[in-house]
This record gives sequence, structure tokens and C-alpha cells, in this order.
Amino acid sequence: MAPLRRLLDKVAPLFEEGGKWEKLYPLYEAADSFLYTPGKKTDGAVHVRDGMDIKRLMVTVVIALLPCTIWAMINTGWQQMVADTAHAEAVSLGLKSSWMTALGLGAWAFLPVYAVTIAVGGMLEGVFATVRKHEINEGFLVTSLLFPLTLPPDIPLWMVGVGIAFGVVIGKEVFGGTGMNVLNPALTGRIFLFFAYPSYLSGSVWRILPAEGAVDGMTGATALGDLVGHGDVSQLGYSWADYFYGLVPGSMGETSVLCCLLGAAFLIFTKVGSWRIMLSSVLGMVGMTLLLNALSGSGSTPAIQGYLAMGPEWHFVLGSFAFGTVFMATDPVSAAQTDTGRWIYGALIGALTPLVRVINPAYPEGVMLAIIFMNVFAPTIDYYVVKSNIKRREVRLGVQ
Amino acid sequence: MELVNLALKSIFVENMALAFFLGMCSFLAVSKKVETAMGLGLAVIFVLTITCPINNAVYIYLLKPGAMTWLGVEGADAVDLAFLGAIAYIGTIAAAVQIVEMTIDKYSPKLYSALGVFLPLIAVNCAILGASAFAVQREYTLAQSTVYGIGSGIGWWMAIVALAAIRERLKYSNVPPALRGLGITFIITGLMALGFQIFGGIQL
Repeated sequence: MAPLRRLLDKVAPLFEEGGKWEKLYPLYEAADSFLYTPGKKTDGAVHVRDGMDIKRLMVTVVIALLPCTIWAMINTGWQQMVADTAHAEAVSLGLKSSWMTALGLGAWAFLPVYAVTIAVGGMLEGVFATVRKHEINEGFLVTSLLFPLTLPPDIPLWMVGVGIAFGVVIGKEVFGGTGMNVLNPALTGRIFLFFAYPSYLSGSVWRILPAEGAVDGMTGATALGDLVGHGDVSQLGYSWADYFYGLVPGSMGETSVLCCLLGAAFLIFTKVGSWRIMLSSVLGMVGMTLLLNALSGSGSTPAIQGYLAMGPEWHFVLGSFAFGTVFMATDPVSAAQTDTGRWIYGALIGALTPLVRVINPAYPEGVMLAIIFMNVFAPTIDYYVVKSNIKRREVRLGVQ
Repeated sequence: MELVNLALKSIFVENMALAFFLGMCSFLAVSKKVETAMGLGLAVIFVLTITCPINNAVYIYLLKPGAMTWLGVEGADAVDLAFLGAIAYIGTIAAAVQIVEMTIDKYSPKLYSALGVFLPLIAVNCAILGASAFAVQREYTLAQSTVYGIGSGIGWWMAIVALAAIRERLKYSNVPPALRGLGITFIITGLMALGFQIFGGIQL
């Protein structure tokens, strides 16, 4: 690694003040701090002794996302193999022996989406950093990995570019960059695509890639899209365990609850993700589902009645509840910042999710909307939590 | 069920501020601090709850073509006063706002001075006139227009309080100079409108 360090040191004067490419300093700084621990020291009196910086925080999230990412590729490839007769032989051998083929096929679907995200989002991030003279930081690594994982595998690449551009610019950079935004940038990009091109992201239709040979591409409904129609989990064609392990059609990263749980364990262990938000949203989801179960007699059609009666264990594994709760809701910037606030924020996300799924036939999946909605209200929750805390302390001190 | 549906619709889907962009002037101007936004929001809920059913009743019993039949006077069923709609609604609203203004002045002078000119301006807040006009246009019954008034008020109140909290947090952000103030507020309003789509298409 020494030659690389020497190279970076050699070009450093070009980018520093008075250098030829002074304006491009953020780009140099990003490369330097990404590869090496920065040599900067705090020069004021305040000296926080903590090894945890944004870089380490964000890289932890990326590591937590790895199981989901790898599974995204395997599952995407597998779904394509199942649909395509050319792979019938490999499919009959089972996933255990032909997972390599699946991984290859899935990577062919996932990596272009990821590459476009990095290229378009990274470029915009670089432009903003250069013009506005702030550092490019590792927050984008998380955004750029989360965003493709929320997309269906057949999404046109130009749409990926449009979505991440909206997410990065309107979701984050107009507020001044990482740590200053209101909504989760990855979800902002996705929700923009969701409303702008609903037929591609309605959550009810999943298409496989056009494959070589007989099949030109195929459409199939995801579980949540189906349930709006019949409300009966036994008609889904997959078992609870299939949904738990994630060998089902769906957006790329969302299918496997198991991988999300691995990520959650890692985030909680490293104290990067808030366990309060994760726990309270599961509790909120269970509470709301039980309430809906109690109301199941009042549905107007058998489909709605069946859907109302669906148990919390199904809401937990279907769609992207686990993915959203673990990776999106816990975003430290757009979530509530106070501990009490986190309980309220998480519980409301959990409660809104099954509510939207069941009573709002227009949107089969509610997680994304629930998180964005609660992102909007997180500052309000925090404001009143802080306010009531101040009031309590005033009473305790006898000021009031 | 139908009333619950209407309430959810008026709070989220047809939010006065975020879907129709009504009441924008006070929405943008009084959303700098949560406390004042809260006060104005509550005042708007109150005024809407009173004026929406009253205006609807005025229309049904006085202004609608043939509404005066109940008088029993000959020729009353031919009277059509619908053209007086807007001015009659404004009258009701102005009266309601007067009551709110005097109440706030008496019980919370601090809030009264913080709200300043925007309190009397509720009288010409288009969200309020808009709710009355919508209720009349959609031929709501009295019960429906009451629910619609409360719902629209709650929706507007939620939106302005959330916007104020976000704007207070924005103090720590580094917004590009050209966007500071109203520019970024419009962007936030747009992003909030995306979030409020959560119950769009709801059917109970």
C-alpha cells in the first residue's frame, strides 16, 4: 500500500490551497480519507475521545447490508432460473448445488443497477461537494447500496439514474449534505420513482429479465399484490418459511427476513442501529395487526375479511417490513433523535404498515410510505419530547 | 364507516395545505416556530369546525335554488340566491374569526402577539373558504360537512406543525444561500406532500 500513500502525498499539494486543482479538494479528500485514516487532529480545546466517526458508522451499515446484498443476487438469479425453461436442469438440482449459477445471473441484474446508482449519485455528490466546498463522506455508500436493494430487478437503468438523482439532490444536498436532511435520501429517490412511474414500482408486479431462449420476460404478482385480491395466505403458493428465508419474487433486497435479522443483530451489537426503533416498530406492527384481526368480521368482501384476519407473523415476513425497519427506519439522521421519541416513531411506523397494506388497496406495500410519513413527523415528536422533559425538570427543581 | 373514510380523506389525501395548496400564505409565514404554528393550527381547526357546517346550512336552507320553500311564502321556491354564496361564507367566517381573536387576546396575549396579523387574516385564509366551498360543491349533508371541516382543520394543523418542527431543525442545516427561507420551505412542503400520500386511494 505504500506506493499508493506516496502517490496521494505527491499529488496533495495540487489540491491544497494555492494548488492547481484547489477547487477539486473535496474529491482528493474523499479518496484520501476513504483509503486511509485521516491524519487530522482536533485543534480546539474540545477533544472527544471516540473512535467512532461517520466513516466507521457508515461502513458498519454497509457490512450489515452484505447478507441482504448477496441474497439479493442469489434470489434474483434463482427466480429467473425458475421462470426460464433453459435452466430447468439446474433448478431440478436444487439451490444448494446450483447457487453459483443463480449468483451469476443475479449479479448480472443487480450490478448494473448498482453501477448506475454509484455513477449518477456519486457524480452529483462530487459536483455538490466541489461547488459547496463540503466533504464527500461515506454516507453515500449506504444510500447507494440501499437504493438498488429497494428496486425490482427489471427496472430500466435510466429510471435508476433519475431516482438516485432526485434522492441525492432533493433528498439530501439541498439541505447541505449528510446529516442535515429531513427524509431518508434512498427512500426519497424510491418514493419519487414510485409516484412518477407507478407501473414499474407498484409493488404488485415483478418481472424477470428477458432471458435467452424461449422466455422473453415474465410478469408475476408479489405476495402483497396478490393478497389485495384474495386475502388468503394459503393461496400464495409459498410457505411462511419461503418468505422467511426469502426465496420468493420481490424487490431485490427485501425478500429475505433472515438476512435482515442478521443485519439487525450486527447493527444492534455495534450500537449503530437503534434497537428501540426496531423493537417498537415490531411491537407497533403486532399491536395494529391484532386490532385489525379483531375487526376482521366487518370487512365488506371475503378478500378484505381474509386480509384483515392475517396474523402478525405473516405481516412480519411479507414484503419489505423487515428490511425497512432494520435499515431504513433506523437511519440516524431522519429518525427521531430522542430515546422516547424513537419508541413513538418506531411504533407508529410499525402500526401504519399493516394498516396501509390492508385498508389501502392502492398501495400493496406500506413500509416505504410509513417511514417517509414518520420522517416528516420525527422533528415534531422530538420537539415535544424535549419540551415535556424540560417541563418535568422544571417541576422537579421547583422553578414552576 | 363513511364518515371515518371522509375524515381520513380530508386529513391525509385531500390535505388542504399539501394536496390543494390552500392557505399557503399563513402556512409558509407562520411556520417558523412550533409554538405559534400550533396556536394558529388550533385556531384554524376551531374556525373550520364552526364555519364549514354553518356555511353548508346557509347554503342548504337559504341560498340553494328553491331552498326557501320552508318559509311557506308563495313564490319562495323560485328564489335562487346561490350567487350570494361567497359573500355569505366570508361573513360567517369573519364572525367566527372575531370570536377566536377575542378569546385568544383575553386568555393568551403572548400567542396573540406572536400570531400578529395572521390571526385576523384567518378570515381570508383560503383553506377555510375552500373547505366551505368544497362542502357545498360536493353536496355534503350537515354531518358530513362537520366531519369534513374538522378533518380539513386537523390536516392543516398537522401539516403546519410538522413543517414548523422541520424548519426549526433546519437551523443546523447548510442550505444553499439561494434556497434559504422560502425556497427550501417549498421543497420541504413538496416532500411532505409525498409522505401524506400514505392514505391515497383508501377505501373503508
